[in-house]
Amino acid sequence: MSDPTSAPAAEHGEAFARHQAAIADLKSAHLVQLLTPEGERVEHPEFSFDAGEGADEDETIRGFYRDMVLTRRIDTEATALQRHGELGIWAQLLGQEAAQIGSGRALRPQDFVFPTYREHGVAWCRDIDPLRLLGLFRGVDQGGWDPHDGNFGLYTIVIGAQTLHATGYAMGMQRDGVVGTGDPERDAAVVAYFGDGASSQGDVNEAFIFAASYNAPVVFFCQNNQWAISEPIERQSRIPLYQRALGFGFPGVRVDGNDVLATYAVAQAALQRARDGQGPTFVEAYTYRMGAHTTTDDPTRYRLSEDLETWKLKDPIQRVKAYLVRNGLAGQDFFDEVDDEAERLGEHLREGCRALPEPDPLSVFDLVYAEQTPELAEQRAGYAAYLDSFEMGAV
Amino acid sequence: MAKVTLAKALNAGLRKAMEDDPKVLLMGEDVGKLGGVFRVTDGLQKDFGEDRVIDSPLAESGIVGTAVGLAIRGYRPVCEIQFDGFVYPAYDQIVSQVAKIHFRSLGKVKMPVVVRIPFGGGIGAVEHHSESPEAQFAHTPGLKVVACSNPVDGYWMIQQAIACDDPVIFLEPKRQYHADKAELDDHQTLQSVQPLFTSRVVRAGTDLTLLAYGPMVKTALASAEAAAGEGRSIEVVDLRSLSPLDLGPVHESVRKTGHAVVVHEAHVNLGMGAEVAARISEQCFYSLEAPVLRVGGFDTPYPPSRMEEQWLPDLDRVLDAVDRSLGF
Repeated sequence: MSDPTSAPAAEHGEAFARHQAAIADLKSAHLVQLLTPEGERVEHPEFSFDAGEGADEDETIRGFYRDMVLTRRIDTEATALQRHGELGIWAQLLGQEAAQIGSGRALRPQDFVFPTYREHGVAWCRDIDPLRLLGLFRGVDQGGWDPHDGNFGLYTIVIGAQTLHATGYAMGMQRDGVVGTGDPERDAAVVAYFGDGASSQGDVNEAFIFAASYNAPVVFFCQNNQWAISEPIERQSRIPLYQRALGFGFPGVRVDGNDVLATYAVAQAALQRARDGQGPTFVEAYTYRMGAHTTTDDPTRYRLSEDLETWKLKDPIQRVKAYLVRNGLAGQDFFDEVDDEAERLGEHLREGCRALPEPDPLSVFDLVYAEQTPELAEQRAGYAAYLDSFEMGAV
Repeated sequence: MAKVTLAKALNAGLRKAMEDDPKVLLMGEDVGKLGGVFRVTDGLQKDFGEDRVIDSPLAESGIVGTAVGLAIRGYRPVCEIQFDGFVYPAYDQIVSQVAKIHFRSLGKVKMPVVVRIPFGGGIGAVEHHSESPEAQFAHTPGLKVVACSNPVDGYWMIQQAIACDDPVIFLEPKRQYHADKAELDDHQTLQSVQPLFTSRVVRAGTDLTLLAYGPMVKTALASAEAAAGEGRSIEVVDLRSLSPLDLGPVHESVRKTGHAVVVHEAHVNLGMGAEVAARISEQCFYSLEAPVLRVGGFDTPYPPSRMEEQWLPDLDRVLDAVDRSLGF
C-alpha cells in the first residue's frame, strides 16, 4: 500500500508541501533508552534513572527484576490455567513487563490507576493479589478487588473507555486540592493505561481533549505493543503515536517499553509533572506483544515469526539480569531466591484458582443497584422460589 | 413562593442540591455563562463557580465518561445532554460503564451520576432535537429512569435523583420548560415529598385508566377533561418512574376500571407501553374488559417538524383509543 504522506507534493501547492515535510519530520521517532538490550546503562540528555532519595539504586533495580520475573510468572501460570480449562480466557502480557513495572513502581500510594485488562504487572505493583485478577477470567466475578484499596480501578474491556474515567478522576483531584500544593505526600496524579489499538477510539481522543482543556493531572500511558489483535500499528497511525500529543497541546514521549529503567524514569517525570499541576503527558512505551492477544488468538495467522525472534533479543527481563550479573550486583543466590518465590506464586495461583468460590446465582440480583428496586427484589424472590421448588421435589 | 415554570423549578432544584452537597457538580455543553440552551442552569456558574458548573468540550461521551471518573472520586456529577438525539455518542459510556460499574465492582463502587436529557417533540425543531429514547435506557439494568411532567415534580425529583446512589437518567419534557407555571412548596422536604421511584394518580376516575409520563401527562389530563364532558370518568396516572416501574397504583386502578390506555411520544414498538401492557395483563387479567391499548409515535424516525403535530399523540388520538377501549 502506498504511503499517502509521501506522495508528490508539487500539485498541492506550497502550503501542503510544507505540511508534508512536517509530517515526514514527525515520522522520525526518538526513543528514550537508559538500558540497552545487552544490559548496558546509557545516558539520555533529558531523562535519567533516579531511584529516589535515600533509596539504594542497586536494590531498586534488583526489585524491578524480581517484580518482572514474578509478573511473568503470573502470566505464564494463568496461561497454563486457561489451557487446563480453569480460566475461560487470559490476556497475556508477555514482553510488556518492563513497561508495566517501570510505570507501576513510579506511582505513589495516593496516585490512581485506570487499567485495561492486561495490566497484571501494574496490579502487582498496587499489591492486588493476582488471584483476584483471575476471577474475571474464570468467570466468578467481573472484578473482585476494591478499586479504593490500592487505588487500582477495575479492568476495563471496552477499549479506551477508561481514559475518560481517568481524566474525570483527575478533574476530581483538582477539585480536592491535591494537585500542585508542593507537598509530596499530598500531590497526586492519575495514570490511564491503554494500547495502540485504543488510540483510534473516540473516547481516547476525547480524553486527550478534556485533559488538555482542564489541564488535568493525568498521564496517558500507551503500551504500543504494535498489535491490536491482528492489526498492525500502521493500521492505527501513520506517525509515531506519541507525536499525536502535540496536536492536543501537551507533551508526548516515546520510551523503550522493554527498558524498565527508562519507563520508570519517564513515567516518574510525567507523573511528577501532573502532580505539580502542569497537566497531562502522553507516554508511548514502545514494546512488543510477544504472546497472543489472548489465549484464543493465533498470531501465526498474521505475523512473521522472525519479528518475534527479533524482539526476544530485546527481552525486558534478560537485559536487567545481564546488567546485574555483569556488574556483580546480584549473585546466583539472588536469582535462585526469585525463582523460588516465583514457584511459590505459581502454586498460590494454581491452588487458589481452583478454590475460588462459585458465585451464588442469587447474588446477581443484589449487585445491580446500591438501592435495590422492588421489581428486582420480586424477580429475585421468584427465582429463589423456583430454585427451591427443585429442592423440595428432591426431598 | 411565586409560581415558576419547569425550567425555573429545575434550576431551583439544582441550586438547592448544590447548596446541600458540595460534591454535586453540573457539567455539559453551554451550561455555564449561557445557562444551557434551555436556561435550566441559568446563573448557577456565576454563583457556584467554574469548578462546580463545568462547561465541557463538545463531546457527549467525554461528558459522561469523565463524570464516571468524578463519581469514583466521590463526586455527584449531573450531566446535561443538550438534546435527546445527542445522547447516542454517550450511549456506550452510559450503558457499558455508568450502568454496570456498581455490578462489576461487586457493589464497591457507587455511581451517583444523573444524566439530564431534555426529551420529546412539539417545539418545531430540526431533526435529532425531538426524540424520546427512554425505552433504550429503561431496558438497561443498572440505570434508573424517571420523567418529570410539571414544575413541582421537576423541583423535587431532580433533587431526589441527585441524592440517589444509583445512576439516574432524568428526562425533562422540553416543550414544558417554559409553559405552565406552578407554585413550589417550601415547607416540604426531600423526605416528606413523594419518593422518586413512584407513580401517582393525578386525576381520579372510574371508567378507564389512562397512563402517561413526561410531556404526555398534560395531554392525558386534557383528554380526561374532554371525556368527562361526554360523561366518561377517566383516571389518569403519571408514571413518573420508568425504571423501576411502580405499577401498584396502576394495577389497583385497572382492577377498578377494567380498561387501560398507555400514552407516550416514543415509538409504540417495544416502547414503555409494551412493558406496561404486558405487566397489566399479567396482574389484572381477570379484571380487564379490553386489551391494553397503546397510543404513541409511529414506528418511523421523528418526522420533519411541519408534520409533528400529526405524528405526536394528541387529545383526539387519545380519545380515539379511549373510545376503542370502552367500545371493545
